[in-house]
Amino acid sequence: MNGVHDMGGMQGFGPVVAEANEPRFHHEWERRAFALTLGMGALGQWNLDQSRSARESLPPVQYLASSYYEIWFEALIRLMLERGLVREGELADGKMRTPALPAPAPLKADAVPAVLARGSSTQRPLTGRSRFAVGDRVRTLNINPPTHTRLPRYCRGKPGTIVKVHGAHVFPDSNALGAGEQPRWLYAVRFEAADLWGHDTTATAVNVDCWEPYLEPR
Amino acid sequence: MADDASRDRDEHGHEHGHAHGGSELSEMDLRVRTLESLLVEKGYVDPKTLDALIETYETKVGPHNGAHVVAKAWADPQYRKWLLEDATAAIASLGYSGRQGEHMVALENTERVHNMVVCTLCSCYPWPVLGLPPVWYKSTPYRSRTVIDPRGVLAEFGVKLSADVELRVWDSTAEIRYLVLPLRPAGTDGWAEHRLAALVTRDSMIGTGVAKAPQPAHERS
Repeated sequence: MNGVHDMGGMQGFGPVVAEANEPRFHHEWERRAFALTLGMGALGQWNLDQSRSARESLPPVQYLASSYYEIWFEALIRLMLERGLVREGELADGKMRTPALPAPAPLKADAVPAVLARGSSTQRPLTGRSRFAVGDRVRTLNINPPTHTRLPRYCRGKPGTIVKVHGAHVFPDSNALGAGEQPRWLYAVRFEAADLWGHDTTATAVNVDCWEPYLEPR
Repeated sequence: MADDASRDRDEHGHEHGHAHGGSELSEMDLRVRTLESLLVEKGYVDPKTLDALIETYETKVGPHNGAHVVAKAWADPQYRKWLLEDATAAIASLGYSGRQGEHMVALENTERVHNMVVCTLCSCYPWPVLGLPPVWYKSTPYRSRTVIDPRGVLAEFGVKLSADVELRVWDSTAEIRYLVLPLRPAGTDGWAEHRLAALVTRDSMIGTGVAKAPQPAHERS
């Protein structure tokens, strides 16, 4: 989706302001919103790509005016409402009015270290060889899907070179739609900065991880 | 929040936020508390689990993990080689693995190449080695500018690279997480790993900073 979340190369947002001795969380609600997002994610009612898609589908003005944990919180609510896990009326006062949907048992505190240490690999076995190898010259497709994609606008239709083959990984464009993982080969692609921005850049190159369906040979 | 504040003024003739009952709760505090109580009542989450998740990322996981990795790579050539070839395994061998660091790649900074990491589309960051990202990493200025004007961003961090250094930006668009292996500071020959680790900053492992220079002996406390 050509949304405001896809902001690489946009100008006018001002300087990067780093806070000295920044705390991990700035408010108690950030702690709880962070943990609720992880805790609900552990129930497996949505996947990572659906979660990202929900965040970037917030209204553009709201997205830009929100802190990152606010974005997480709004997306969490949206994901739960869509699946009927909670109802609008229940969010107002926190009183349960509809029974819980069948879902796996909640993550237990003593399982947290093991679950976090294991993580959730997106690499999948794939028979057959990758279409591209390190050194191959490629071009990204000029695609503009209205749905979730991880090919940023600034590097569409651009020439690049494969610098690393990462193996086959879950394809976000299909996984976000609930259309299955459809693993595809994933590559680090190097774009010369001048090919992306002309003279108006101080970078030498920008490397972007691209799935095979984003690429064609050149 | 502005709406609530003005409503309070209308109803009570003065501004006091949400100070009912003596507590000071913002709208977000109230909304998140309300949601948590609902999700607990529905049996979807266990409050003790939420506490454990917060404690993990507030007190256990952080840039000291990454500093350990970098210092070991500086001190041990074999480990450095392994880290650059298979960062996931090399980092896991020190006990750092899992969520948001399932697939790691280490980027070696040299005298000629400086690497810098961003996530333009969201906030991807290598949690097991760096912890949760700082606000600036997730901010619109950093996400928008780093891919087009990294030297301008570096200048705001007080970093000036020589014009002949190749500046490579890495946009974390997939589940590969990047850790910059910063240039080892001069004057640290023969240093032990723990001493080296104290020179490794979070920003040097993102590429928005460089490792600290060792303090001359007479200045050391």
